[in-house]
This record gives sequence, structure tokens and C-alpha cells, in this order.
Amino acid sequence: MHFDSVFAKLDQVDLRLALYATTPAQVEQALHNPAGNIQALMALLSPAAQPYLETMAQRASQLTQQRFGHTINLFIPLYLSNLCANECDYCGFTMSNKIKRKVLNLNEINKEIDILKRNKFDSVLLVAGEHESKVGIDYFCQVLPTIKQHFSQVNMEVQPLSSQDYASLQLLGLDGVMLYQETYNQVTYAQHHTRGKKQDFSYRLTSPDRLGELGIDKIGLGVLLGLDDWRLDALMMGYHLQHLENRYWRSKLSISLPRLRPCVGGIQPKSVLSDSGLVQLICAFRLFNAHLEISLSTRESAPMRNHLIPLGITHMSAGSSTQPGGYANPSKALEQFEISDERSVQEISSMLSQRGYQAIFKDWERDWH
Amino acid sequence: MLKIADHTFNSRLFCGTGKFANSQTMLDALHASGSELVTLAMKRIDRHSHTDNLMLPLQKTGIKLLPNTSGARTAKEALFAAELGREMFATNWVKLEIHPDPKYLLPDPIETLIAAEALVKKGFVVLPYVHADPVLCRRLEALGCAAVMPLASPIGSNQGLVTKAFLQIIIEQSTVPVVIDAGIGCPSDATAAMELGADAVLVNTAIASSRSPQQMAQCFKQAVETGRMAYEAGLGQVYQYAQHTSPLTGFLRENQEHQGGLNAL
Repeated sequence: MHFDSVFAKLDQVDLRLALYATTPAQVEQALHNPAGNIQALMALLSPAAQPYLETMAQRASQLTQQRFGHTINLFIPLYLSNLCANECDYCGFTMSNKIKRKVLNLNEINKEIDILKRNKFDSVLLVAGEHESKVGIDYFCQVLPTIKQHFSQVNMEVQPLSSQDYASLQLLGLDGVMLYQETYNQVTYAQHHTRGKKQDFSYRLTSPDRLGELGIDKIGLGVLLGLDDWRLDALMMGYHLQHLENRYWRSKLSISLPRLRPCVGGIQPKSVLSDSGLVQLICAFRLFNAHLEISLSTRESAPMRNHLIPLGITHMSAGSSTQPGGYANPSKALEQFEISDERSVQEISSMLSQRGYQAIFKDWERDWH
Repeated sequence: MLKIADHTFNSRLFCGTGKFANSQTMLDALHASGSELVTLAMKRIDRHSHTDNLMLPLQKTGIKLLPNTSGARTAKEALFAAELGREMFATNWVKLEIHPDPKYLLPDPIETLIAAEALVKKGFVVLPYVHADPVLCRRLEALGCAAVMPLASPIGSNQGLVTKAFLQIIIEQSTVPVVIDAGIGCPSDATAAMELGADAVLVNTAIASSRSPQQMAQCFKQAVETGRMAYEAGLGQVYQYAQHTSPLTGFLRENQEHQGGLNAL
């Protein structure tokens, strides 16, 4: 059974009512037994949990340190292409945007890799806009072997693929796939995705099941927080995590928590996620799942990232560029979104060290599969 | 003294190298622990870098290093990791860890058995991390493993000797050293493990995740020494009821003494 069957039975109207009707007593009860308990996750995500934020933070921090130690894994995104055949109104790559489009060839990819390796990176996240014909499975199969020669961990954040295509990439050394649902509200989803294959909500929703069935090492979920009610979207992601964990016991699970920020010319968030809301989210997910990997991108500002580290974060990107070829040719013309934390990887490593954390670059050996 | 394969150890506390904030904290803790065997994950070693922040400081300590296959999900992956350990550290010792379950990191008995057999044949001194399964320990021992390393509770959980009843069976039956690994959360757990008759314990999370790893390492050193001393001194049996100093059967001895007296006449 894939998640779409579970999803169909979840009444989001009722869940939303229950979420906002949560009482302090229910939050206190949730704090007693939060692990793997979806009702507790609901309580910890609710407005009623806000007065308990410090308690949640203390426990989340302790749990994270016990499980992951005083360490943060560093990774780097490698943008392969900004071509996109979708219309998504929140994204810089959306097809109607008049920006210069670019797909990296092997020579250009190698130039990027040289720079990333000089900065010690051993874990890379391959990112591409969604363009089935020009940046589809044939392209990925062509470039992946070259990239895998240089990195122990190669994860991907591209369009959803078929089981057969995922299996081909797994054979070539793909370790994990991050696939963000953006929002679990189907009406809102349809409003923001108006052209292209990304309009197929269910195909996206069931992609993690296809990956789990293959026993892929890592599956990443995420929502674009603010596109809809972030509390409810986060709760739905909790249901999704629980479904995957119950069925695909060999796969690690990871989440990413990107915030949609109000910006000039961009779309306005339906519900703004404040700093305290983001802290609540991180802590709630950590208490819900002690071994969940929680990734924090450079979308967040340097001071914010510094503060969030001890609360439950396990993975961070550093020194990122969000445009294809951006490491060899830094400019901002082709980028997907603006980076807030522009510190170099050396600066991030030294900040981590000052805060009592060790930056981990290598956590697997590429030849062992 | 503890002997595993051809090596003797004064300390019965083995340590890990993960989860420390930096290499100096790790070195201070290892020094305080008095440990003579330290395990390190091959997946973390950057063999292409000449400035690896884990490997170089450890090599300088002179402590015997035990490469482990942590992160391996299959026997095949574990064999690769073991070979890399042998190549990089010039040791044929390996701590065999295969855990395909990312949630509780529990060891896979089937893949472990397969890998152990292959590694023993290749000349490795194999120390397998296993569930507290007495039959599996027997099987691994029969294959030629140099020790067995059953878990006390899920790794990193600090839950202590949850598998105590099965650890006792393993200790009773084993003809190779039994090193209790995983889940030992506090020094008193280590003492209890040693009092049971374990040959050694391996501790990482409880030391590395504490506020003062150096101080905690020292506590574990003392705890392990105390537990071992108590075991060697011979612990009294545990009874449910008090034992009378004048037991009900005392009259039998009195009768014997009386009869002996009569016979002597």
C-alpha cells in the first residue's frame, strides 16, 4: 500500500480543527511520550505548544546529541541544470521566468567537482529543474558515474521518476533522493503548480514508496513552509514519515524545512513561519523521531543557522551556489533562490568547532556498494 | 589479564571514537579511560586526505586500533570495510558490524554470520557485534571468531543491561572472550556487566555525549576495574529470603557428632 491510500483517508479539515483545538494538557501529555506518536506530534506542532518551547528545545537537543553526538554532517548542492518544464510560482526556475537556461555537460560538471573536492566535500546533492526530455533519466545515467567517482554519498533532488529509473540510478551508485511535496493541500498545490508534469500530485506523493521498495539508503521529504498552513503541512509530513518508516525499514529518513519568505515580486506566504515557529517544528520532529535526519539549507541566515544547530539539526549545506556552474563561474543570473548564509565552508567548520561541534565531511565509502 | 587472539590487555574497557566534539576531547577521554583498544569507523576515514582529523591523532596515541565496519548493511559492504582497515592500519583485527536498520541500528545476524566466515578465512581476527543471542554466539565461535560482542541494549540508547538474562547464558557458554557492547549508559551498568563475568565492555556514547567526556571516561575506568575485582573476589549468591545462621538441618550435624562420639567409645 502506497501513501496515497493512507492520504485519501486523512481528513485534513478534521485534523486542522484538532490541531488548533489542542489544549496545554494535551501538550504536556505529548511531552511524556512523543516518540513515534502521531497524536503527540500534532500536539507539539499546535499553537498550544508554544509556551513549552524551551522544554521542547532542551529535550530535542539532548536527544540529538545522544543519537548523533557533537557532530554535523556537511554536504553541498551541485546544480546540474535550471531548465524546467513546470510552472511553479514560487520558484526562480519556473518556465516562464526569462532567465538564461543552462544544462551542465560533463566537462562543466568536472570543473564544479574540482572546486567542491578542494573544499573537502564528500557528500553531494544533485539538483536540477524538472525537464523530462533534456534533463531526464538518460542525462542522469550519463553524468552519475562521473560524479560518483568523486563523492561517497550522492543524493538527488530532481523530478519524480519511475521505479525502473530509480533502480537504474541506484545501480550507478545513487544513495538517496530528496523529493519535497511542497504542500499536502491538493487545492493549494494545484494553485501553485499550473503547468507541467509537476501538476501530478499523486505521482509525486507516491515516489518515496517507489524508492522505499528499492531499499534506497535515504529518502528525504519536505514541504515549502508557508505555501499553506505550515502546522498542518508539517503534520501531514509526519504521517508520511510514519508510513515510510513502518514499511521500508532499511531506508534512512530525512526532512528539510525550507521557509517561504515574503519577498518583492514573489508570492506571499499563506501563513508566515516565524523564527519561533521554525524552532517549534525542528523540536517537534526531533521528539517525534530521534533518528530522523534534519537538514538545514543556506536559505536561513547565518545567525539563525548558528542558533538552530543544537536543536536537532544533523545536516547542513555550506558555501552553496544555487545555479548550474555557479562554483566555477559565480554570478547570480541563473540562480534558483537567494542564499542567506553566504559563509564559506571553512567559516562554517570553524563556527561549528567554536560551538562544540565537529564538521563531518565523510560518512560512507563510495566503493562499498 | 585479558587475552584476545594473540594480544593481552590490562584494561578491560574498550572505547569508541564517534560523537566527540573534536579530536582533542576524544584523545583526552581515551587517555583518561586507560583503554588499550579503541574502535574507529572505516566509513569516516578519508584515505585520500593526508590531514584526516580522526586517523592521525589516534595513530599517535599508540593505542591498539580496532577498525570497524559500521554503516555496512550487507556482508559484502563489511568485507570491503574490513579490507580497507587492514590496508590502512596494518592490522588484521576487525570489529564486524552490519546493521541494515537505521532506526535501532540492530545487527543483522545472517549477514554477520556470512561475513564472519569469509573474514576468518581471509585471516582476520574477527570480533562480531551481535544481538545477545547465545546460539549465534556459539555459531560465530565455531567459525573461529576471536571474541563475541553481544549488545546490552540498542546502541547509543544508554538503557543498560536490558539483555542481561541472555548475556549470562553467553558468558556461561562462551569459550572466547565476551565483550559487552552497546547500550551501556552509565558506570554502574559497566560494573554490573563486569560482575556478570563479561571479559570486557565497549563504551562510546555514554562517554562522548556526556558534558565532560574526560571525567566520564575516568568514571568508566574505575567502574570496570571495580566490577572485575568484585567478580574475581567472588560475589555472594543472591537469595530471596534471609539465610539463618542456625539452619533447620543443624540437628543432623549434631547427631553425627554425637554418633561419632559414641563410636569412639
